[in-house]
Amino acid sequence: MQIGIFSVGDVTADPTTGRTPSEHERIKATVAIARKAEEVGLDVFATGEHHNPPFISSNPTATLAYIGAQTERLILSTATTLITTTDPVLIAEDYAKIQHLTDGRVDLMMGRGNTGPVYPWFGKDIRKGIELAIENYALLRRLWREDVVDWQGKHRTPLQGYTSTPRPLDGVAPFVWHGSIRSPEIAEQAAYYGDGFFHNHIFWPASHTRQMVALYRRRFEHYGHGTADEAIVGLGGQFFMRRSSQDAVREFRPYFDNAPVYGHGPSLEDFTSQTPLTVGSPQQVLERTLSFRDYAGHYQRQLFLVDHAGLPLKTVLEQLDLLGEILPEMRKGFAEGRPAHVPDAPTHASLVAAAGGARDTTVHATDDVTGARAEDAVEVGA
Amino acid sequence: MTRRIAVVTAGLSQPSTTRLLADQLADAAVAALDAAGEDVSVDVVELRDVAHALTDHLLTGFATGGLAEAIGDVARADALIVVTPVFSASYSGLFKTFFDVLEPETLAGKPVLLAATAGTARHSLVIEHALRPLFAYLRAVTVPTGVFAATEDFGGDSQLAARVHRAAGELAVLVAGAPTVAPRRATALPAADEEFGDVVPFEALLRGEGL
Repeated sequence: MQIGIFSVGDVTADPTTGRTPSEHERIKATVAIARKAEEVGLDVFATGEHHNPPFISSNPTATLAYIGAQTERLILSTATTLITTTDPVLIAEDYAKIQHLTDGRVDLMMGRGNTGPVYPWFGKDIRKGIELAIENYALLRRLWREDVVDWQGKHRTPLQGYTSTPRPLDGVAPFVWHGSIRSPEIAEQAAYYGDGFFHNHIFWPASHTRQMVALYRRRFEHYGHGTADEAIVGLGGQFFMRRSSQDAVREFRPYFDNAPVYGHGPSLEDFTSQTPLTVGSPQQVLERTLSFRDYAGHYQRQLFLVDHAGLPLKTVLEQLDLLGEILPEMRKGFAEGRPAHVPDAPTHASLVAAAGGARDTTVHATDDVTGARAEDAVEVGA
Repeated sequence: MTRRIAVVTAGLSQPSTTRLLADQLADAAVAALDAAGEDVSVDVVELRDVAHALTDHLLTGFATGGLAEAIGDVARADALIVVTPVFSASYSGLFKTFFDVLEPETLAGKPVLLAATAGTARHSLVIEHALRPLFAYLRAVTVPTGVFAATEDFGGDSQLAARVHRAAGELAVLVAGAPTVAPRRATALPAADEEFGDVVPFEALLRGEGL
Protein backbone atom coordinates (compact mmCIF):
# COMPACT_ATOMS: atom_id res chain seq x y z
CA MET A 1 0.00 0.00 0.00
CA GLN A 2 1.36 3.38 -0.98
CA ILE A 3 0.40 6.26 1.27
CA GLY A 4 1.21 9.83 0.40
CA ILE A 5 -0.01 13.35 -0.16
CA PHE A 6 -1.22 15.37 -3.10
CA SER A 7 -1.14 19.12 -3.39
CA VAL A 8 -3.28 21.45 -5.44
CA GLY A 9 -0.85 24.33 -4.95
CA ASP A 10 -3.40 27.01 -4.07
CA VAL A 11 -2.28 30.35 -2.70
CA THR A 12 -5.05 31.08 -0.22
CA ALA A 13 -5.26 33.64 2.57
CA ASP A 14 -5.11 32.21 6.07
CA PRO A 15 -8.61 33.14 7.27
CA THR A 16 -7.44 33.36 10.88
CA THR A 17 -4.82 36.01 10.15
CA GLY A 18 -5.88 37.42 6.78
CA ARG A 19 -2.35 36.89 5.53
CA THR A 20 -1.78 35.50 2.03
CA PRO A 21 1.59 33.91 1.32
CA SER A 22 3.58 35.09 -1.67
CA GLU A 23 4.06 32.81 -4.65
CA HIS A 24 7.66 32.39 -3.62
CA GLU A 25 6.74 31.32 -0.09
CA ARG A 26 4.15 28.88 -1.37
CA ILE A 27 6.49 27.35 -3.94
CA LYS A 28 9.17 26.85 -1.31
CA ALA A 29 6.56 25.53 1.12
CA THR A 30 5.60 22.88 -1.42
CA VAL A 31 9.19 21.65 -1.44
CA ALA A 32 9.35 21.67 2.36
CA ILE A 33 6.10 19.68 2.50
CA ALA A 34 7.41 17.08 0.05
CA ARG A 35 10.64 16.72 2.01
CA LYS A 36 8.64 16.32 5.19
CA ALA A 37 6.55 13.64 3.50
CA GLU A 38 9.68 11.60 2.93
CA GLU A 39 10.96 12.29 6.43
CA VAL A 40 7.81 10.93 8.12
CA GLY A 41 7.84 7.82 5.98
CA LEU A 42 5.26 8.55 3.32
CA ASP A 43 5.64 6.94 -0.10
CA VAL A 44 4.27 9.47 -2.59
CA PHE A 45 4.20 13.19 -3.25
CA ALA A 46 1.96 14.32 -6.11
CA THR A 47 1.57 17.85 -7.39
CA GLY A 48 -1.41 19.29 -9.20
CA GLU A 49 -1.17 21.34 -12.35
CA HIS A 50 -2.79 24.72 -12.76
CA HIS A 51 -1.86 27.57 -15.02
CA ASN A 52 -3.55 30.52 -13.38
CA PRO A 53 -3.77 32.42 -10.10
CA PRO A 54 -4.26 31.58 -7.28
CA PHE A 55 -2.13 28.50 -7.98
CA ILE A 56 1.63 27.95 -8.04
CA SER A 57 1.45 24.52 -9.64
CA SER A 58 2.34 25.40 -13.22
CA ASN A 59 5.43 23.65 -14.56
CA PRO A 60 5.03 20.55 -12.37
CA THR A 61 8.04 18.87 -13.96
CA ALA A 62 10.48 21.47 -12.64
CA THR A 63 8.94 21.09 -9.19
CA LEU A 64 9.15 17.29 -9.27
CA ALA A 65 12.72 17.26 -10.54
CA TYR A 66 13.75 19.73 -7.84
CA ILE A 67 12.06 17.66 -5.14
CA GLY A 68 13.56 14.53 -6.66
CA ALA A 69 17.01 15.98 -6.17
CA GLN A 70 16.33 16.56 -2.47
CA THR A 71 14.74 13.22 -1.64
CA GLU A 72 15.84 9.63 -1.89
CA ARG A 73 12.86 7.38 -1.54
CA LEU A 74 9.74 9.39 -2.29
CA ILE A 75 7.79 8.50 -5.44
CA LEU A 76 7.02 11.68 -7.37
CA SER A 77 3.69 11.90 -9.11
CA THR A 78 1.09 14.29 -10.42
CA ALA A 79 -2.52 14.97 -9.55
CA THR A 80 -3.12 15.57 -12.33
CA THR A 81 -1.14 16.06 -15.52
CA LEU A 82 -3.28 17.84 -18.08
CA ILE A 83 -3.33 15.30 -20.89
CA THR A 84 -5.86 17.46 -22.72
CA THR A 85 -3.87 20.65 -23.12
CA THR A 86 -0.28 19.46 -22.79
CA ASP A 87 1.37 18.18 -25.93
CA PRO A 88 1.96 14.46 -25.43
CA VAL A 89 5.32 14.89 -27.15
CA LEU A 90 6.34 17.18 -24.29
CA ILE A 91 4.92 14.89 -21.59
CA ALA A 92 6.83 11.94 -23.05
CA GLU A 93 10.13 13.85 -22.88
CA ASP A 94 9.58 15.47 -19.50
CA TYR A 95 8.63 12.43 -17.52
CA ALA A 96 11.16 10.13 -19.16
CA LYS A 97 13.77 12.71 -18.20
CA ILE A 98 12.56 12.76 -14.58
CA GLN A 99 12.65 8.95 -14.60
CA HIS A 100 16.35 9.10 -15.46
CA LEU A 101 17.14 11.87 -13.01
CA THR A 102 15.38 10.15 -10.09
CA ASP A 103 16.24 6.55 -10.98
CA GLY A 104 12.64 5.69 -11.71
CA ARG A 105 10.92 7.39 -8.78
CA VAL A 106 8.18 8.91 -10.91
CA ASP A 107 4.74 8.03 -12.17
CA LEU A 108 1.93 10.29 -13.25
CA MET A 109 -1.78 10.71 -13.19
CA MET A 110 -3.64 11.90 -16.25
CA GLY A 111 -6.50 14.29 -15.86
CA ARG A 112 -8.55 16.68 -17.92
CA GLY A 113 -8.32 19.59 -15.53
CA ASN A 114 -11.31 21.47 -14.26
CA THR A 115 -10.45 24.97 -15.44
CA GLY A 116 -12.32 25.66 -18.65
CA PRO A 117 -10.22 28.67 -19.71
CA VAL A 118 -7.00 26.60 -19.67
CA TYR A 119 -7.88 25.06 -23.03
CA PRO A 120 -7.47 28.21 -25.15
CA TRP A 121 -4.28 29.14 -23.24
CA PHE A 122 -2.75 26.10 -24.89
CA GLY A 123 -4.57 26.39 -28.19
CA LYS A 124 -7.14 23.69 -27.46
CA ASP A 125 -10.91 23.48 -27.57
CA ILE A 126 -12.66 22.58 -24.31
CA ARG A 127 -15.49 20.94 -26.22
CA LYS A 128 -12.96 18.33 -27.29
CA GLY A 129 -11.85 17.56 -23.71
CA ILE A 130 -12.57 13.83 -23.71
CA GLU A 131 -11.38 13.42 -27.30
CA LEU A 132 -8.09 15.12 -26.47
CA ALA A 133 -7.63 12.96 -23.39
CA ILE A 134 -8.10 9.83 -25.48
CA GLU A 135 -6.04 10.75 -28.53
CA ASN A 136 -3.18 12.41 -26.65
CA TYR A 137 -2.78 9.52 -24.27
CA ALA A 138 -2.82 6.96 -27.07
CA LEU A 139 0.06 8.91 -28.67
CA LEU A 140 1.93 9.28 -25.38
CA ARG A 141 1.90 5.52 -24.87
CA ARG A 142 3.39 4.94 -28.30
CA LEU A 143 6.08 7.58 -27.77
CA TRP A 144 7.26 5.71 -24.68
CA ARG A 145 6.93 2.22 -26.12
CA GLU A 146 8.08 2.60 -29.74
CA ASP A 147 11.48 3.99 -30.66
CA VAL A 148 10.27 5.44 -33.94
CA VAL A 149 6.73 6.71 -34.25
CA ASP A 150 4.70 7.51 -37.35
CA TRP A 151 1.46 9.00 -36.19
CA GLN A 152 -1.50 10.97 -37.43
CA GLY A 153 -4.42 12.18 -35.37
CA LYS A 154 -7.03 14.91 -35.24
CA HIS A 155 -5.61 17.24 -32.66
CA ARG A 156 -1.96 17.88 -33.50
CA THR A 157 0.37 17.83 -36.45
CA PRO A 158 1.39 14.36 -37.68
CA LEU A 159 4.67 12.78 -36.61
CA GLN A 160 6.94 11.05 -39.07
CA GLY A 161 9.86 8.93 -37.98
CA TYR A 162 9.85 10.68 -34.63
CA THR A 163 11.88 9.44 -31.68
CA SER A 164 11.08 10.83 -28.25
CA THR A 165 14.15 11.29 -26.08
CA PRO A 166 15.32 10.27 -23.61
CA ARG A 167 13.92 6.79 -24.01
CA PRO A 168 12.19 5.63 -20.82
CA LEU A 169 14.57 4.42 -18.12
CA ASP A 170 15.41 0.71 -18.40
CA GLY A 171 12.97 0.40 -21.29
CA VAL A 172 9.82 0.77 -19.16
CA ALA A 173 7.43 3.69 -19.31
CA PRO A 174 6.38 5.42 -16.09
CA PHE A 175 3.26 3.89 -14.60
CA VAL A 176 0.15 5.91 -15.37
CA TRP A 177 -2.95 6.55 -13.32
CA HIS A 178 -6.06 8.16 -14.71
CA GLY A 179 -7.88 10.55 -12.44
CA SER A 180 -11.54 11.28 -12.85
CA ILE A 181 -14.36 12.29 -10.60
CA ARG A 182 -17.35 12.00 -12.89
CA SER A 183 -16.39 10.77 -16.37
CA PRO A 184 -17.03 7.07 -16.95
CA GLU A 185 -15.02 7.41 -20.19
CA ILE A 186 -11.86 7.97 -18.15
CA ALA A 187 -12.49 4.94 -15.93
CA GLU A 188 -13.05 3.04 -19.17
CA GLN A 189 -9.77 4.36 -20.55
CA ALA A 190 -7.84 3.30 -17.44
CA ALA A 191 -9.44 -0.15 -17.59
CA TYR A 192 -8.73 -0.57 -21.30
CA TYR A 193 -5.01 -0.03 -20.86
CA GLY A 194 -4.75 -1.79 -17.52
CA ASP A 195 -3.53 1.47 -16.00
CA GLY A 196 -4.38 2.70 -12.53
CA PHE A 197 -7.58 4.57 -11.71
CA PHE A 198 -7.57 7.31 -9.11
CA HIS A 199 -10.70 8.82 -7.67
CA ASN A 200 -10.28 12.23 -6.09
CA HIS A 201 -12.87 11.12 -3.53
CA ILE A 202 -12.54 14.12 -1.25
CA PHE A 203 -15.38 16.33 -2.35
CA TRP A 204 -17.86 13.55 -3.01
CA PRO A 205 -20.08 11.11 -1.16
CA ALA A 206 -18.75 7.59 -0.83
CA SER A 207 -21.63 6.19 -2.88
CA HIS A 208 -20.31 8.01 -5.93
CA THR A 209 -16.71 6.92 -5.45
CA ARG A 210 -17.88 3.36 -4.98
CA GLN A 211 -19.64 3.35 -8.33
CA MET A 212 -16.79 4.89 -10.31
CA VAL A 213 -14.32 2.43 -8.78
CA ALA A 214 -16.70 -0.48 -9.37
CA LEU A 215 -17.03 0.52 -13.02
CA TYR A 216 -13.25 0.65 -13.44
CA ARG A 217 -12.76 -2.71 -11.71
CA ARG A 218 -15.47 -4.37 -13.81
CA ARG A 219 -14.03 -3.05 -17.07
CA PHE A 220 -10.43 -3.88 -16.00
CA GLU A 221 -11.53 -7.48 -15.74
CA HIS A 222 -13.47 -7.22 -19.01
CA TYR A 223 -10.31 -6.17 -20.85
CA GLY A 224 -8.42 -9.17 -19.49
CA HIS A 225 -5.90 -7.46 -17.24
CA GLY A 226 -6.85 -9.59 -14.26
CA THR A 227 -9.75 -10.00 -11.89
CA ALA A 228 -11.66 -6.94 -10.74
CA ASP A 229 -10.00 -7.05 -7.33
CA GLU A 230 -6.58 -6.96 -8.99
CA ALA A 231 -7.26 -3.59 -10.60
CA ILE A 232 -5.03 -0.71 -9.46
CA VAL A 233 -7.08 1.79 -7.48
CA GLY A 234 -6.07 5.03 -5.79
CA LEU A 235 -8.17 7.31 -3.60
CA GLY A 236 -7.86 10.83 -2.30
CA GLY A 237 -8.48 11.69 1.30
CA GLN A 238 -8.55 14.73 3.51
CA PHE A 239 -8.09 15.20 7.23
CA PHE A 240 -7.20 17.62 9.93
CA MET A 241 -6.03 16.10 13.18
CA ARG A 242 -5.01 17.13 16.64
CA ARG A 243 -4.48 15.01 19.73
CA SER A 244 -8.05 15.73 20.77
CA SER A 245 -10.87 15.85 18.27
CA GLN A 246 -12.29 19.01 19.93
CA ASP A 247 -9.03 20.84 19.25
CA ALA A 248 -9.02 19.62 15.67
CA VAL A 249 -12.54 20.86 15.01
CA ARG A 250 -11.95 24.20 16.72
CA GLU A 251 -8.74 24.89 14.82
CA PHE A 252 -9.89 23.67 11.41
CA ARG A 253 -13.36 25.22 11.34
CA PRO A 254 -12.35 28.69 10.07
CA TYR A 255 -10.28 27.07 7.32
CA PHE A 256 -13.17 24.84 6.39
CA ASP A 257 -15.73 27.64 6.48
CA ASN A 258 -13.67 29.80 4.13
CA ALA A 259 -12.10 27.12 1.97
CA PRO A 260 -12.19 27.31 -1.79
CA VAL A 261 -14.51 24.61 -3.20
CA TYR A 262 -16.78 23.98 -0.22
CA GLY A 263 -16.45 27.07 1.94
CA HIS A 264 -19.59 29.04 2.81
CA GLY A 265 -21.59 25.92 1.97
CA PRO A 266 -22.44 22.96 4.14
CA SER A 267 -21.40 22.89 7.77
CA LEU A 268 -18.20 21.14 8.82
CA GLU A 269 -20.31 18.52 10.56
CA ASP A 270 -22.46 17.87 7.46
CA PHE A 271 -19.49 17.74 5.13
CA THR A 272 -17.52 15.34 7.31
CA SER A 273 -20.49 12.99 7.41
CA GLN A 274 -21.16 13.31 3.65
CA THR A 275 -17.58 13.05 2.36
CA PRO A 276 -14.31 11.40 3.45
CA LEU A 277 -13.13 14.59 5.21
CA THR A 278 -12.16 13.65 8.76
CA VAL A 279 -11.52 16.29 11.40
CA GLY A 280 -10.54 14.72 14.67
CA SER A 281 -8.02 12.70 16.59
CA PRO A 282 -5.33 10.55 14.96
CA GLN A 283 -7.34 7.48 15.92
CA GLN A 284 -10.42 8.85 14.12
CA VAL A 285 -8.40 9.61 10.99
CA LEU A 286 -6.92 6.13 11.11
CA GLU A 287 -10.29 4.42 11.44
CA ARG A 288 -11.98 6.54 8.78
CA THR A 289 -9.16 5.96 6.30
CA LEU A 290 -9.26 2.21 6.79
CA SER A 291 -13.01 2.28 6.20
CA PHE A 292 -12.52 3.46 2.59
CA ARG A 293 -11.90 -0.20 1.73
CA ASP A 294 -15.48 -0.98 2.67
CA TYR A 295 -16.68 0.55 -0.60
CA ALA A 296 -13.56 0.75 -2.78
CA GLY A 297 -12.20 -2.72 -2.04
CA HIS A 298 -8.54 -3.36 -1.25
CA TYR A 299 -6.65 -0.66 -3.08
CA GLN A 300 -3.14 0.45 -3.84
CA ARG A 301 -2.61 4.14 -3.23
CA GLN A 302 -3.99 6.57 -0.68
CA LEU A 303 -3.15 10.25 -1.14
CA PHE A 304 -4.17 12.92 1.36
CA LEU A 305 -4.71 16.59 0.72
CA VAL A 306 -3.06 18.43 3.62
CA ASP A 307 -1.82 21.80 2.32
CA HIS A 308 -4.78 23.87 1.28
CA ALA A 309 -7.35 26.44 2.35
CA GLY A 310 -4.72 28.79 3.72
CA LEU A 311 -3.30 26.44 6.36
CA PRO A 312 0.13 27.80 7.32
CA LEU A 313 3.20 25.73 6.52
CA LYS A 314 3.90 25.09 10.19
CA THR A 315 0.45 23.55 10.64
CA VAL A 316 0.80 21.44 7.50
CA LEU A 317 4.13 20.07 8.72
CA GLU A 318 2.53 19.25 12.08
CA GLN A 319 -0.23 17.39 10.23
CA LEU A 320 2.41 15.34 8.44
CA ASP A 321 4.15 14.56 11.74
CA LEU A 322 0.84 13.27 13.11
CA LEU A 323 0.25 11.26 9.95
CA GLY A 324 3.71 9.80 10.35
CA GLU A 325 2.82 8.70 13.88
CA ILE A 326 -0.21 6.69 12.76
CA LEU A 327 1.46 5.47 9.57
CA PRO A 328 2.62 2.10 10.97
CA GLU A 329 -0.89 1.41 12.27
CA MET A 330 -2.37 2.51 8.96
CA ARG A 331 -0.11 0.19 6.99
CA LYS A 332 -0.93 -2.65 9.37
CA GLY A 333 -4.63 -1.94 8.99
CA PHE A 334 -4.45 -1.86 5.20
CA ALA A 335 -2.58 -5.20 5.23
CA GLU A 336 -5.25 -6.84 7.38
CA GLY A 337 -7.51 -9.14 5.42
CA ARG A 338 -5.80 -8.23 2.16
CA PRO A 339 -5.82 -11.27 -0.13
CA ALA A 340 -2.39 -12.33 -1.37
CA HIS A 341 -3.39 -11.93 -5.03
CA VAL A 342 -4.24 -8.23 -4.65
CA PRO A 343 -1.19 -6.52 -6.16
CA ASP A 344 0.72 -3.53 -4.85
CA ALA A 345 0.84 -0.38 -6.95
CA PRO A 346 3.36 -0.85 -9.75
CA THR A 347 6.73 0.82 -9.18
CA HIS A 348 9.65 1.26 -11.52
CA ALA A 349 11.33 -1.79 -9.96
CA SER A 350 8.23 -3.98 -10.33
CA LEU A 351 7.68 -2.85 -13.92
CA VAL A 352 11.29 -3.61 -14.80
CA ALA A 353 10.99 -7.02 -13.20
CA ALA A 354 7.76 -7.68 -15.11
CA ALA A 355 9.49 -6.69 -18.35
CA GLY A 356 12.17 -9.30 -17.73
CA GLY A 357 14.87 -6.92 -16.55
CA ALA A 358 16.32 -3.56 -17.38
CA ARG A 359 17.28 -2.72 -20.95
CA ASP A 360 19.22 0.22 -22.28
CA THR A 361 16.98 1.51 -25.04
CA THR A 362 19.06 4.50 -26.07
CA VAL A 363 18.39 5.34 -29.71
CA HIS A 364 21.54 6.45 -31.47
CA ALA A 365 21.28 8.99 -34.27
CA THR A 366 21.32 7.52 -37.73
CA ASP A 367 22.54 10.61 -39.60
CA ASP A 368 26.08 9.25 -39.60
CA VAL A 369 24.83 6.25 -41.52
CA THR A 370 22.66 7.96 -44.13
CA GLY A 371 24.35 11.32 -44.18
CA ALA A 372 20.91 12.87 -44.39
CA ARG A 373 20.21 16.20 -42.77
CA ALA A 374 16.84 17.73 -42.01
CA GLU A 375 17.61 20.61 -44.37
CA ASP A 376 18.19 18.16 -47.22
CA ALA A 377 14.78 16.64 -46.76
CA VAL A 378 13.17 20.08 -46.95
CA GLU A 379 15.00 20.89 -50.20
CA VAL A 380 13.95 17.61 -51.77
CA GLY A 381 10.38 18.29 -50.74
CA ALA A 382 10.49 21.79 -52.27
CA MET B 1 -48.54 -0.93 -13.70
CA THR B 2 -48.36 2.02 -11.35
CA ARG B 3 -47.81 5.46 -12.87
CA ARG B 4 -45.75 7.77 -10.73
CA ILE B 5 -46.45 11.46 -10.51
CA ALA B 6 -44.01 13.79 -8.79
CA VAL B 7 -45.37 17.11 -7.58
CA VAL B 8 -42.76 19.84 -7.15
CA THR B 9 -44.03 22.78 -5.16
CA ALA B 10 -42.02 25.89 -4.30
CA GLY B 11 -44.35 27.63 -1.87
CA LEU B 12 -42.62 29.09 1.18
CA SER B 13 -45.32 29.62 3.76
CA GLN B 14 -46.98 26.69 5.45
CA PRO B 15 -49.64 26.15 4.37
CA SER B 16 -49.13 27.95 1.08
CA THR B 17 -51.52 28.65 -1.76
CA THR B 18 -48.87 27.13 -4.01
CA ARG B 19 -49.16 23.82 -2.17
CA LEU B 20 -52.94 24.17 -2.20
CA LEU B 21 -52.93 24.47 -5.99
CA ALA B 22 -50.43 21.61 -6.24
CA ASP B 23 -52.71 19.36 -4.22
CA GLN B 24 -55.72 20.26 -6.36
CA LEU B 25 -53.77 19.46 -9.51
CA ALA B 26 -52.46 16.19 -8.07
CA ASP B 27 -55.94 15.09 -6.96
CA ALA B 28 -57.35 15.93 -10.37
CA ALA B 29 -54.57 14.06 -12.16
CA VAL B 30 -55.03 11.00 -9.95
CA ALA B 31 -58.77 11.08 -10.62
CA ALA B 32 -58.23 11.37 -14.36
CA LEU B 33 -55.75 8.50 -14.42
CA ASP B 34 -58.05 6.46 -12.18
CA ALA B 35 -60.79 6.95 -14.70
CA ALA B 36 -58.42 5.74 -17.41
CA GLY B 37 -57.85 2.55 -15.40
CA GLU B 38 -54.33 3.40 -14.24
CA ASP B 39 -52.85 2.91 -10.79
CA VAL B 40 -51.19 6.10 -9.62
CA SER B 41 -48.75 7.00 -6.89
CA VAL B 42 -47.86 10.58 -5.99
CA ASP B 43 -44.62 11.90 -4.49
CA VAL B 44 -44.72 15.48 -3.27
CA VAL B 45 -41.47 17.44 -3.22
CA GLU B 46 -41.70 20.53 -1.00
CA LEU B 47 -38.72 22.60 -2.05
CA ARG B 48 -38.79 24.56 1.20
CA ASP B 49 -37.71 21.41 3.01
CA VAL B 50 -34.61 21.06 0.83
CA ALA B 51 -33.75 24.75 0.43
CA HIS B 52 -30.51 24.53 2.42
CA ALA B 53 -29.50 21.32 0.66
CA LEU B 54 -30.09 23.07 -2.68
CA THR B 55 -27.71 25.87 -1.76
CA ASP B 56 -25.17 23.30 -0.58
CA HIS B 57 -25.56 21.49 -3.89
CA LEU B 58 -24.73 24.66 -5.78
CA LEU B 59 -21.53 24.94 -3.75
CA THR B 60 -20.45 21.30 -3.51
CA GLY B 61 -21.90 19.74 -6.64
CA PHE B 62 -23.69 16.87 -4.96
CA ALA B 63 -27.10 16.24 -3.43
CA THR B 64 -27.58 14.99 0.09
CA GLY B 65 -30.38 13.51 2.18
CA GLY B 66 -33.85 14.73 1.34
CA LEU B 67 -32.67 16.50 -1.80
CA ALA B 68 -31.17 13.31 -3.21
CA GLU B 69 -34.52 11.61 -2.53
CA ALA B 70 -36.44 14.46 -4.16
CA ILE B 71 -34.26 14.33 -7.27
CA GLY B 72 -34.74 10.58 -7.37
CA ASP B 73 -38.52 10.99 -7.11
CA VAL B 74 -38.53 13.42 -10.01
CA ALA B 75 -36.22 11.30 -12.15
CA ARG B 76 -38.31 8.18 -11.62
CA ALA B 77 -41.66 9.90 -12.19
CA ASP B 78 -43.73 9.26 -15.29
CA ALA B 79 -44.98 12.85 -15.12
CA LEU B 80 -44.48 16.04 -13.13
CA ILE B 81 -46.73 18.70 -11.75
CA VAL B 82 -44.66 21.79 -10.98
CA VAL B 83 -45.99 24.81 -9.11
CA THR B 84 -44.14 28.00 -8.26
CA PRO B 85 -45.12 31.25 -6.63
CA VAL B 86 -44.43 34.27 -8.80
CA PHE B 87 -41.50 36.32 -7.49
CA SER B 88 -40.53 39.47 -9.35
CA ALA B 89 -42.52 38.50 -12.43
CA SER B 90 -41.04 35.01 -12.78
CA TYR B 91 -40.60 31.65 -11.06
CA SER B 92 -38.94 31.85 -7.67
CA GLY B 93 -35.20 31.40 -7.30
CA LEU B 94 -35.76 28.30 -5.19
CA PHE B 95 -37.89 26.74 -7.92
CA LYS B 96 -35.26 27.49 -10.57
CA THR B 97 -32.43 26.18 -8.42
CA PHE B 98 -34.07 22.79 -8.12
CA PHE B 99 -34.25 22.43 -11.89
CA ASP B 100 -30.72 23.85 -12.20
CA VAL B 101 -29.22 20.99 -10.22
CA LEU B 102 -30.95 18.18 -12.12
CA GLU B 103 -28.68 16.22 -14.40
CA PRO B 104 -29.15 17.07 -18.06
CA GLU B 105 -31.75 14.82 -19.71
CA THR B 106 -33.58 14.17 -16.44
CA LEU B 107 -36.78 15.72 -17.79
CA ALA B 108 -36.32 14.91 -21.46
CA GLY B 109 -39.57 13.57 -22.84
CA LYS B 110 -41.33 13.73 -19.49
CA PRO B 111 -44.89 15.16 -19.41
CA VAL B 112 -45.05 18.24 -17.19
CA LEU B 113 -48.01 20.28 -16.01
CA LEU B 114 -47.01 23.90 -15.36
CA ALA B 115 -48.69 25.95 -12.67
CA ALA B 116 -48.08 29.17 -10.77
CA THR B 117 -49.62 31.28 -8.04
CA ALA B 118 -49.46 35.02 -7.47
CA GLY B 119 -51.07 37.81 -5.52
CA THR B 120 -52.47 39.41 -8.63
CA ALA B 121 -53.92 38.25 -11.94
CA ARG B 122 -51.58 40.66 -13.74
CA HIS B 123 -48.92 37.90 -13.57
CA SER B 124 -51.11 35.41 -15.36
CA LEU B 125 -48.85 35.05 -18.41
CA VAL B 126 -45.89 34.00 -16.28
CA ILE B 127 -46.42 30.40 -17.28
CA GLU B 128 -46.05 31.29 -20.94
CA HIS B 129 -43.15 33.70 -20.73
CA ALA B 130 -41.12 32.11 -17.93
CA LEU B 131 -42.03 28.50 -17.14
CA ARG B 132 -42.69 27.17 -20.61
CA PRO B 133 -39.34 28.30 -22.08
CA LEU B 134 -37.50 26.76 -19.11
CA PHE B 135 -39.19 23.40 -19.60
CA ALA B 136 -38.77 23.61 -23.36
CA TYR B 137 -35.04 23.96 -22.71
CA LEU B 138 -35.17 20.91 -20.44
CA ARG B 139 -36.96 19.13 -23.30
CA ALA B 140 -39.93 18.21 -21.16
CA VAL B 141 -43.31 17.75 -22.82
CA THR B 142 -45.50 20.47 -21.33
CA VAL B 143 -49.26 20.08 -21.41
CA PRO B 144 -51.03 22.83 -23.33
CA THR B 145 -53.02 24.18 -20.40
CA GLY B 146 -50.99 25.95 -17.75
CA VAL B 147 -52.78 26.70 -14.50
CA PHE B 148 -52.31 30.13 -13.01
CA ALA B 149 -54.08 31.06 -9.80
CA ALA B 150 -54.16 34.54 -8.30
CA THR B 151 -55.32 35.08 -4.75
CA GLU B 152 -58.72 36.12 -6.06
CA ASP B 153 -59.13 32.74 -7.81
CA PHE B 154 -59.38 30.96 -4.49
CA GLY B 155 -62.90 31.35 -3.29
CA GLY B 156 -64.08 33.68 -6.01
CA ASP B 157 -66.36 32.55 -8.79
CA SER B 158 -63.42 31.81 -11.06
CA GLN B 159 -62.87 29.12 -13.60
CA LEU B 160 -59.89 27.74 -11.61
CA ALA B 161 -61.45 24.34 -10.98
CA ALA B 162 -62.25 23.96 -14.66
CA ARG B 163 -58.69 24.84 -15.66
CA VAL B 164 -57.32 22.42 -13.05
CA HIS B 165 -59.41 19.59 -14.48
CA ARG B 166 -58.61 20.43 -18.07
CA ALA B 167 -54.85 20.53 -17.39
CA ALA B 168 -54.94 17.35 -15.29
CA GLY B 169 -56.89 15.63 -18.05
CA GLU B 170 -54.28 16.64 -20.61
CA LEU B 171 -51.54 15.29 -18.37
CA ALA B 172 -53.42 12.03 -17.81
CA VAL B 173 -53.74 11.48 -21.58
CA LEU B 174 -49.98 11.81 -22.00
CA VAL B 175 -49.24 9.52 -19.08
CA ALA B 176 -51.86 6.84 -19.78
CA GLY B 177 -50.91 6.68 -23.43
CA ALA B 178 -47.19 6.34 -22.79
CA PRO B 179 -45.06 3.29 -22.21
CA THR B 180 -43.56 3.35 -18.73
CA VAL B 181 -40.70 5.83 -18.61
CA ALA B 182 -37.34 4.09 -18.44
CA PRO B 183 -35.44 5.02 -15.29
CA ARG B 184 -33.15 7.93 -16.00
CA ARG B 185 -30.08 9.03 -14.13
CA ALA B 186 -31.75 9.55 -10.81
CA THR B 187 -29.47 12.03 -9.06
CA ALA B 188 -26.47 14.20 -9.73
CA LEU B 189 -24.63 11.13 -8.53
CA PRO B 190 -25.58 7.90 -10.21
CA ALA B 191 -27.71 5.87 -7.85
CA ALA B 192 -26.72 2.36 -8.84
CA ASP B 193 -23.90 0.48 -10.51
CA GLU B 194 -26.23 -0.18 -13.40
CA GLU B 195 -26.03 3.50 -14.24
CA PHE B 196 -22.77 2.70 -15.94
CA GLY B 197 -24.09 -0.40 -17.69
CA ASP B 198 -24.10 1.34 -21.07
CA VAL B 199 -20.52 2.63 -20.96
CA VAL B 200 -19.12 3.22 -24.44
CA PRO B 201 -16.41 0.60 -25.13
CA PHE B 202 -12.95 2.13 -25.38
CA GLU B 203 -12.35 0.91 -28.94
CA ALA B 204 -15.31 3.06 -29.96
CA LEU B 205 -13.94 6.03 -28.01
CA LEU B 206 -10.61 5.61 -29.81
CA ARG B 207 -12.42 5.78 -33.13
CA GLY B 208 -14.03 9.01 -31.96
CA GLU B 209 -17.45 7.43 -31.56
CA GLY B 210 -19.75 8.02 -28.65
CA LEU B 211 -18.29 11.43 -27.90
